[in-house]
Amino acid sequence: MTRLAIRRLACGPWLSLAAAALLLAVLPALFASSAALNFLGFVMVIALAALGWNLLAGYGGQFSFGHAAFFGMGAYAMALLQVRLGLNPWLALPVAVALGGLTGLATGFLSFRAGLRGSYFALVTLAFAEVFRILANAMAFTGGAAGVLVPLRIGAAQFQFADKATFYWVALGFVIAAMALTRLVERSRFGAQLVAVRENEEAARALGVDTVRVKLKAITLSGAVTAAAGCLYAQKSLYLDANIAFGPWISVEALLAPIIGGLGTVFGPLAGTFLLLGLGEGTKTLLATLTGSAVPGADLVLFGALLILAVAFAPRGIMGVVAGAAARIGGAR
Amino acid sequence: MLKAEILLAALANGLLTGAVYALIALGLTLVYGVLHIINFAHGATLTAAMFAVYVAHQTFGIDPYLAIPLLAPLFFGLGYSLQRWVIGPASHGDDGNILLVTLGLSIVIENALLAVFRSDTRSIEVPYGFEVVELGPLILSLPKVIAFAGAFAVAGLLWLVIARSDIGKAIRAVAKEKTGAALCGIPVGHVYAVTFGIGAACLAVAACLLMPTFLVNPRIGNAFVLVAFTIVVLGGMGSIGGALAGGLIIGVVESLSGLYLGESLGQIGIFLIFLVVLLFRPTGLFGARA
Repeated sequence: MTRLAIRRLACGPWLSLAAAALLLAVLPALFASSAALNFLGFVMVIALAALGWNLLAGYGGQFSFGHAAFFGMGAYAMALLQVRLGLNPWLALPVAVALGGLTGLATGFLSFRAGLRGSYFALVTLAFAEVFRILANAMAFTGGAAGVLVPLRIGAAQFQFADKATFYWVALGFVIAAMALTRLVERSRFGAQLVAVRENEEAARALGVDTVRVKLKAITLSGAVTAAAGCLYAQKSLYLDANIAFGPWISVEALLAPIIGGLGTVFGPLAGTFLLLGLGEGTKTLLATLTGSAVPGADLVLFGALLILAVAFAPRGIMGVVAGAAARIGGAR
Repeated sequence: MLKAEILLAALANGLLTGAVYALIALGLTLVYGVLHIINFAHGATLTAAMFAVYVAHQTFGIDPYLAIPLLAPLFFGLGYSLQRWVIGPASHGDDGNILLVTLGLSIVIENALLAVFRSDTRSIEVPYGFEVVELGPLILSLPKVIAFAGAFAVAGLLWLVIARSDIGKAIRAVAKEKTGAALCGIPVGHVYAVTFGIGAACLAVAACLLMPTFLVNPRIGNAFVLVAFTIVVLGGMGSIGGALAGGLIIGVVESLSGLYLGESLGQIGIFLIFLVVLLFRPTGLFGARA
């Protein structure tokens, strides 16, 4: 095969995804320690949340600061459907994902109908997440401040995996599915309309794009994907409280990872999550060995600084840097 | 049924707290009015100012009220530098970027404070901390009354600066039409930074007025910042009078919903107002236009 043909295949929209899936699937063979597998599983959960955020913000240009609302909705629905209604988690999962999508649709309906965008939209999503957090913290149904415990019932039928590698593979399946969904959106008419809204909403409307409808579709999908991440989180940790499930940390990480990885790209959110959480773990370990005790918040200081640096110097994130380097190598040849 | 005195006391306390909320919102609304962006680092800056008051008191024995002339200029300089050399250059003049950069700053400041001070909640003890003022049937905490008066004094001063001084004129010009202002020889970058500096200085004053009665921990800014956003939105983005009125309203709402709904649900009233105003009247109660 010629070099050109190989490159065309490797850059093909689906082949690169399949290659990434294969590569990621063999990771547990290389990092077999329990801590490493735990980390990989967590990366998948956050990457999934980030993929959801990316659908709305990366492609549609609507920056949500409150994706915790969807993550928490998914996580709480997953846990409460099992604990309160005795539903099997595999049945609870689609319900929880649908509820996440509905939450997206409802918040989107309210804010997009009111014409909110930019900082107003960011604020309103933040407020929705806070309302959910306060409610989940105060209501008896959600277990109040004590939170919810999902009873330990290990087994694939119960969506609980004793083996950390198995959880990782299941979560990886979700992530690859979300990336495939992103790719589908990217190549669809809807995706093109969404990008048009991001680039210039007035122009898109002038061309006949029903911008509110397009944004609603995007926030519904986005909410559903991020809710799925919440479901995985519930099954991974088997414990939730309002500050975890609806806490600002998840809104921030779901937003940081795609920005650092590359906004509006299929691989950006995953690459960003790996970099972000990897650096975070690295800093924590390094500081703990240097100072002899854990330094709280050190990893987040780094995240915040990375966000500023990414906006200032690498607006297209890791994927942009990689593409730029590839173009330079290609140009030099 | 609740007795009238309890209701009255809740009202009065709500007004007192509301004035400090208004002071916090003043900086936010000013920055919004001029730069047309929301400064997400506002809450973290307030936390930093509160820790500065704490350190000044614990390490150097400076009374929080006497710290005002020290910390206000310090935070003015801090706000000025942040806008001039970090937020401005990093955001390339794009509003969405400013939002993200200030969010990044807030994460950095908040967690740097967490790394240094840990998550312990701290407070300072001042000799007048528990003194009260009796006003008819009401018994009001002295530091809160001072904070109330201080907030109005700062708002008045701010109004004077904006309405009467040259820099105030420049700020108003940039807020209205920045290209036109630049053509008239107004250094827009400098005016932006001064506005940011004033916002931060307001926070320093608010922190000095708050510390005798409030406690501080690295996450305390979050509790104030959404309240401040609500006030800004309620009062109409960029309006100083609106921020004052909005602050008082929010203070009373919080106090009353705390009374009727209990402590854990007390804040929900604020968020509901926030959402309702944003969704149905985004120009606020006093805002003329979007």
